[in-house]
Amino acid sequence: MKTLVVVDHNNNKLEKSTLNTIKAASQLENVDLLVLSDSCKDICNELINIKNINNIFINENDAFKNQLAEDSANFIAENFKNYTNILFSNTSNGKNIAPRLAGLLDTMIIPDVIEIVDKQTFKRPIYAGNAIATCKSKNKINIITIRATAFEEAEIGNENVGKIQEIGNLTSNNLSKYLNSELTKSERPELTSADIVVSGGRGLGSAENFQLLEKLADKLGAAMGASRAAVDAGYVPNDWQVGQTGKIVAPNLYIAVGISGAIQHLAGMKDSKVIIGINKDEEAPIFSISDYGLAEDLFKAVPEMESKIN
Amino acid sequence: MKILVPVKRVVDYNVKVRVKKDETDVELDNVKMSMNPFDEIAVEEALRLKEKGVASEIIAVSIGLPEVQETIRNALAMGADSGVFVNCTSKLEPLSVAKILTSICNKIKPDLVIMGKQAIDDDMNATGQMLSAMLNWGQATFASKLEIQEKKIKVGREIDGGIENIEVNLPAIVTTDLRLNEPRYASLPNIMKAKRKPIDEIQVKDLNIDIAPRLEILKVEEPKSREAGIMVKSVDEMIEKLKNEAKVI
Ligand SMILES: Cc1cc2nc3c(=O)[nH]c(=O)nc-3n(C[C@H](O)[C@H](O)[C@H](O)COP(=O)(O)OP(=O)(O)OC[C@H]3O[C@@H](n4cnc5c(N)ncnc54)[C@H](O)[C@@H]3O)c2cc1C
Repeated sequence: MKTLVVVDHNNNKLEKSTLNTIKAASQLENVDLLVLSDSCKDICNELINIKNINNIFINENDAFKNQLAEDSANFIAENFKNYTNILFSNTSNGKNIAPRLAGLLDTMIIPDVIEIVDKQTFKRPIYAGNAIATCKSKNKINIITIRATAFEEAEIGNENVGKIQEIGNLTSNNLSKYLNSELTKSERPELTSADIVVSGGRGLGSAENFQLLEKLADKLGAAMGASRAAVDAGYVPNDWQVGQTGKIVAPNLYIAVGISGAIQHLAGMKDSKVIIGINKDEEAPIFSISDYGLAEDLFKAVPEMESKIN
Repeated sequence: MKILVPVKRVVDYNVKVRVKKDETDVELDNVKMSMNPFDEIAVEEALRLKEKGVASEIIAVSIGLPEVQETIRNALAMGADSGVFVNCTSKLEPLSVAKILTSICNKIKPDLVIMGKQAIDDDMNATGQMLSAMLNWGQATFASKLEIQEKKIKVGREIDGGIENIEVNLPAIVTTDLRLNEPRYASLPNIMKAKRKPIDEIQVKDLNIDIAPRLEILKVEEPKSREAGIMVKSVDEMIEKLKNEAKVI
């Protein structure tokens, strides 16, 4: 039995959830890593001390710079079809590539796994997390994406463990081409791995008003999140969306402000350790999952909170 | 240009689903069903391309029990031209759906398939990518912007860090994200008109495809519930609790 973790990164830095995926993979067996990039060196440096891994396979190719699904999936299918398990993080890259790979290898993907029960049995949320399904796989190859918040991070030691090896040759099929990206710049911690998340909803009313929340977030050293309604209204960028179809977060503290608490939103944050809700409607569903609820106008409560936290 | 739009009948997004007592599935009896919201966005996008004169024909396809024809009718009422109903009584996984759609694509030869990025029941997020792998077409997932050029499409994709723009050769698969458009409601005259639009019926067994599930569902259970919280009366009390009780700030 051999297990491969496909490393997610931006060519300079490791995408943090890869560490959670490696931890999950260690419950399977014989973990190798794969880095596909135009430049693998910096990423390999971050990987080499991780405990309990074997090989770090790399392939450096300009075509991998933007991780287009067509090329990545073809390459992995060609070089790793004798593996038992191939794991990805459930990031936008993982969600783009893993199912395509499963299609190529005629295997049913097991997405968004939150628990590995045994080597063929996995738990995953369905219906926006309102139910948890236990699935037993009859696949010959399990292609799995891992929900980072459900697993710890892999441990990093002081010894070089991974043996770096080049593998394979890509023949690009040129089905698609990367043009450019518009990335949201932020000095704040990354949303999916932050200790504290401050999230705003439609109740904020405008992009300008979000600055109230951002001040609070900066005081707490928190990441910013949002409901779909706030993103749709154009108050904040799309990559702030938390929920069933946005990001999944599980920080120590989640502060939901002016968010009603629709099931699709709860799906993305209800595993947070402590949840607080601030909403002027005392009947708002967000209070049913809040550890501490405050029924008050946010335009009064948020600045007050910001000024009183030191 | 011909566009194929696969549509799925799912539990309506407003329904709070409950797990069955015997933990075999969620309760589906007497529950409101609707078209998967992402598929509505897919139908809408196809319609807009037709209104712009880029697309000439829109075909909606659904696979499942006879009830899924209602979902096809919804798509027709929104404005799709015709439907394909693949009659299938067994439960399907995305892998089988992708195989069936591959066979339909080989028959209909669409230039573009627009479909939802995920169905809100099993939350798989897989069928579009699997279908493009099987057809060896390019894929543009999580689309929030779509522009057709000659023999190519330009797509803005919602990714973890923001938006990524890519170009994909046609024929291609696009999967929709929430912000691609806001789907229209079907008007009453269009609902009436849709009743006369053709739906072609295919029996899944005639396609000779292996649709046996690869994942056996052993159990469907309730998620862990959270302990009930409390309401605080003031910001001061909130800060006090966060500091001294929860110890998170
Ligand atoms: C297919 C699908 C997928 C979806 N995916 C997601 C997802 O991933 N994430 C997500 O968040 N949603 C998602 N949604 C949308 C979801 O159903 C809700 O519509 C959305 O979460 C509502 O956002 P909201 O709570 O900000 O807005 P609303 O429901 O409008 O709530 C606004 C809240 O603000 C409060 N408020 C207003 N003014 C004030 C004030 N001055 N002070 C205090 N409180 C105030 C109100 O009392 C209200 O409770 C999805 C929906 C569908 C159909």
